[in-house]
Amino acid sequence: MVHDVNLAGSSNCCTRALEGSGSAVQELLKWNGWGYNDSKFIFNKKGQAEFTGKRYRLGGMVLPTFKEWIEKTFGASLEHKTTSRASLNVNDVPPSIVNEEFLQDLRATKISYSQDAEDRVFRAHGHCLHEIFVLREGMFKRIPDIVVWPVCHEDVVKIVELACKHNLCIIPFGGGTSVSSALECPEEEKRTIISLDTSQMNRILWIDEKNLTACVEAGIVGQDLEKQLAESGFCTGHEPDSMEFSSLGGWVATRASGMKKNIYGNIEDLVIHVKMVTPRGIVEKNCQVPRMSTGPDIHHFIMGSEGILGVVTEVTIKIRPVPEYQKYGSVVFPNFERGVACLREVAKILRALFALIRLFLSFAKGHALKPQVASIFTSFLDGLKKFYITKFKGFDPNILCVATLLFEGDREKVLQHEKQVYDIATKFGGLAAGEDNGQRGYMLTFVIAYLRDLGLDYYVIGESFETSVPWDRVLDLCRNVKERIVRECKEKGVQFAPLSTCRVTQTYDAGACVYFYFAFNYRGISDPIHVYEQIERAAREEILANGGSLSHHHGVGKLRKRWMKESISDVGLGMLRSVKEYVDPNNIFGNKNLL
Amino acid sequence: MYSKELSSKKRDEFEDILEERRLSSDLRYAMKCYTPVIYKGLSPCKPNAIKSAVLQSEQVQYVIKQLAKEMGESPDVIQEEATEILDEMGHRMQLGAVRFFAFTLSKIFKQLFQRVCVNEEGMQRLQHAIQEHPVVLLPSHRSYVDFLMLSYLLYTYDLALPVIAAGIDFLGMKIVGELLRRAGAFFMRRSFGGNRLYWAVFAEYVKTMLRSGYAPIEFFIEGTRSRTAKTLTPKFGLLSIVMEPFFKREVFDTYFVPISISYERILEESLYAHELLGVPKPKESTSGLLKARRILSDNFGTIHIYVGQPVSLRTLASGRINRCPYNLVPRHLPQKPSEDIQEFVSDVAYKMELLQIENMVLSPWVLVAAVLLQNFPAMEFELLIEKTLWLKGLTQTFGGFIEWPDNLCAKKAVLSDLTLHSNIARLVNGHVVLNDKGVEDGPVGEIIFRHALAVLMCATYRNQLLNIFVRPALVAVALQMTHSFRKEEVYSCFSFLRDVFSDEFIFFPGISLKDFEEGCFLLTKCDAIQTSQQEICPTDKGSGTVSFLSAMFRPFVEGYQLIFRYLSKEMKEAFTEKQFIPGVRNFVFQLLEKGSTQCYEALSSDMQKNALSALVQLGAVKKKKMSNGFTYNVNQEAVSKILDMFDARILVWKPVAARL
Repeated sequence: MVHDVNLAGSSNCCTRALEGSGSAVQELLKWNGWGYNDSKFIFNKKGQAEFTGKRYRLGGMVLPTFKEWIEKTFGASLEHKTTSRASLNVNDVPPSIVNEEFLQDLRATKISYSQDAEDRVFRAHGHCLHEIFVLREGMFKRIPDIVVWPVCHEDVVKIVELACKHNLCIIPFGGGTSVSSALECPEEEKRTIISLDTSQMNRILWIDEKNLTACVEAGIVGQDLEKQLAESGFCTGHEPDSMEFSSLGGWVATRASGMKKNIYGNIEDLVIHVKMVTPRGIVEKNCQVPRMSTGPDIHHFIMGSEGILGVVTEVTIKIRPVPEYQKYGSVVFPNFERGVACLREVAKILRALFALIRLFLSFAKGHALKPQVASIFTSFLDGLKKFYITKFKGFDPNILCVATLLFEGDREKVLQHEKQVYDIATKFGGLAAGEDNGQRGYMLTFVIAYLRDLGLDYYVIGESFETSVPWDRVLDLCRNVKERIVRECKEKGVQFAPLSTCRVTQTYDAGACVYFYFAFNYRGISDPIHVYEQIERAAREEILANGGSLSHHHGVGKLRKRWMKESISDVGLGMLRSVKEYVDPNNIFGNKNLL
Repeated sequence: MYSKELSSKKRDEFEDILEERRLSSDLRYAMKCYTPVIYKGLSPCKPNAIKSAVLQSEQVQYVIKQLAKEMGESPDVIQEEATEILDEMGHRMQLGAVRFFAFTLSKIFKQLFQRVCVNEEGMQRLQHAIQEHPVVLLPSHRSYVDFLMLSYLLYTYDLALPVIAAGIDFLGMKIVGELLRRAGAFFMRRSFGGNRLYWAVFAEYVKTMLRSGYAPIEFFIEGTRSRTAKTLTPKFGLLSIVMEPFFKREVFDTYFVPISISYERILEESLYAHELLGVPKPKESTSGLLKARRILSDNFGTIHIYVGQPVSLRTLASGRINRCPYNLVPRHLPQKPSEDIQEFVSDVAYKMELLQIENMVLSPWVLVAAVLLQNFPAMEFELLIEKTLWLKGLTQTFGGFIEWPDNLCAKKAVLSDLTLHSNIARLVNGHVVLNDKGVEDGPVGEIIFRHALAVLMCATYRNQLLNIFVRPALVAVALQMTHSFRKEEVYSCFSFLRDVFSDEFIFFPGISLKDFEEGCFLLTKCDAIQTSQQEICPTDKGSGTVSFLSAMFRPFVEGYQLIFRYLSKEMKEAFTEKQFIPGVRNFVFQLLEKGSTQCYEALSSDMQKNALSALVQLGAVKKKKMSNGFTYNVNQEAVSKILDMFDARILVWKPVAARL
């Protein structure tokens, strides 16, 4: 039983790997859903919703209005429950096929590896709806054959060399938070697939206080990076919503965006230098400078390359002193239109003076997650509603929308900017709605991702997707995409009205990033995932027809490949292809993303 | 986009809306509680608010600034100009005026018409459509009654009243013009291609109303009243304006509702015939309208209004407009539509007209007129009935929508139609004769004119059949012309005819082969021909049908030949349309006097214009834009060649060959 021997061999390596924090994290995370094992929404014995665990501010709190909201919005009922299989069925997992010569070479490098089924399945997917659905109810057709854990740049060089020597396929794996099917293994891939897990390359190599830069290994996870930098009094300020789990290398490979980009910039603004290992060799620059004019910036081949060219190993990134003062805030607008108009104006006048401004279409969802204890807030909100209803007759409290704000910097400036924002907001019918509300919005950013797993238990499937769009088309795009979703649901036989809502999550000089949330109750539909995908595809078509982009920061992966030609033209696609052909002629990095 | 159900489809039932009016008070009807359903996204606003929104819009402001820069004028001056344009153009819809019309039109319609029949299901579909998306109403245009009737109808059914694009000439009628304005008419100049400010203001005015869902927008895709009752080729300007908000995704979707309005007897029939023969049309004036009062004592039979299925622009465009041509330019900049879009607009226009044609109700009189014109100047009454019944069957086979009144027997129906149309034909000693009002002993010219008048009036009714018949009929004509059974040859002749008649009849662009196949299919269906892989053979039984069909279209074939001959022989130098029409009319007139032709229809200015425009499209005549309009230059050789195509084959029509 050759296979057994392999497993035995690997369990040895596993023990070594488990000593590292990366695999320890794997133990902490759900195998079939988002985030930490101990954090999730549940309905307690009284039938009230509750968020478990102590990791988040919402943890341990009872959410009295949540049940009603989920029932009303989706027509879901607590009686109709689906359950995920409790644990991975190892017998379903495709066998690991790795040739012995390669294993021998690999062992010689002393790099940890594993052929264990759970390790391989964990790295066979991201967090698209269909991927989670497969985990709960089925099995992937193709998964990595072996997982390797390099601990430094040199290890990666060795692995890539071996892969080239034996003609194997490498799929780099960072935090595993992809939502573009980027991590899925191509089914038709016949070669051994190596999942190259960067999680053990997680050290800050140096901090340069004079130039305010830090050189960091690419496998470090966002929250660890910020925590460790904070120890020296610094931060990067890069906070994507997935920052608890996603990695620096992943950010570079997908052109990530953080919620505080107004002050700190997106990943392309933060990166000073990148080192990447490719089948052709190592690509890097000769210096670490703020800007250089040496032809097209090779960083821009690397950023957004989604793992098709090589593995990012080390990144020099800008850092800033931890801000002296932080203040949350929020504004309520009578409707989405006024809110968008206000954000546009704020973006025009104040530009980079505030860290974050986000606009929710309606606070139905936020409201539903209102914890029992925050009674001051509750009465305030109710008061607000009354205010609007009495002051502006005909306004519907259900279409109110909320902007959440975050200011950072020195105290004086923060207070000054805060006042400026509120002054502008007043012009658009906005009313300051307190710090608490703003902080709640910030916290919700991280727990919202947990909602989907609860929905899945009650026949509700959903997803969010994003785009970027010029200011003048924001409202038209939002209206049309939402309408398209509702219509497609009807046409595809979805029996319950879907949730179809959106928010503005980033503002730029020339436009905004818009997020859509879409979920529906799939009771009565035999193939919900297929229906879901058709609708999401229609929604994307609609976005493109409305002048929106294919993606603002999620990337293309395999999920959105079909629109690449339309997005960047034939010639543009050819340019990328020729880079791929030069860098990786044998398609070692064969995850089939992007092109 | 082109798809046609060839089996006879089920159509809605009709309801007479005048019946109720004859039973209850018109005053109470005019004062009824009127609360129409409106577009779901609409925040109601006053007509003046729309005007100021238009004036302030980025689109109009952009053009104002551009023009100011180019002409070195102050923007204020141009803004002032724009305000004036808007004031001239804008409607001022008022419920009071609407009620006034509701009252007076009730009185007038009851006097003029026996019945006004409407498909109620269509009205219900329209009601849903209005709530869902902005709606564009596209009625056929045969009479001034069209838009009055349509608004009247919507009021009756408690639907949102449309704003209607009307010609500026109505403003010449003092009180009436203003009244129409208050009833929702807005006025467009006849031609404003060169005037950028006017175009910008007009387009933005229409789009603002459409985007906000302010009211259904109504216009005539034919551009003007068809003087011949034959659908005119579509105009694209307004259609492309109302499509733009969807292309730019300013609205989610837009509904187009084709509406077919057919008249048993057209109010303006005699006026049209005069006009076609070159007796100038009286200018719209209030006194002219008052003079028309004597019409009130006359009977104009029944009107049928068929409100078609609302067509979603989004559905039409899906898969057609893939690239997003408006994504790379700010949406308020005036932009010439891409070729893709122009082609799409044209396709939609033709589709809408074909839908209008499909649902146009045909009265028995239409059949009678078609038979009579082939049996000129008199025919036996019994034979007429027999032929009419036969033609009824054929028309239904071809998908025509015949409403036979109250299940009358054929004889009674024909008799009642002869009474209604006694000004065109009458029954004398068991024969039906064309009524050319006893001018047997006038000057020859006068006789021919009278005759032509009667023929053209009669043709107005036959014409209503032509677009239903044109595909099989052109196959029949081609069969006779080519004197061959080879499919290939017949098709090539069919295709030639289709090109020549592209302005005369309505063909969906670019599907010659499909049209040919449809024609063949319909001829096979009525047993007139048999087809094999390579051949088309008329059956023994079907020779009558084939002859009838080609005779039906003979006036066009002959008429075009006369007009082409005139152009190839007489027009050596550049000419304008104003010179061409009287010239060709005299030419035909002389031939008629000499008795060397019987083709009275060639006197029709409509046919003359269509023939000229066909030659322009075929490249045999060059059309040039000059400061004072268009001039034309004939390429003699090319026209002769086209004539040869006809002439070489005209021999085939001699009786010997016709027996085939």
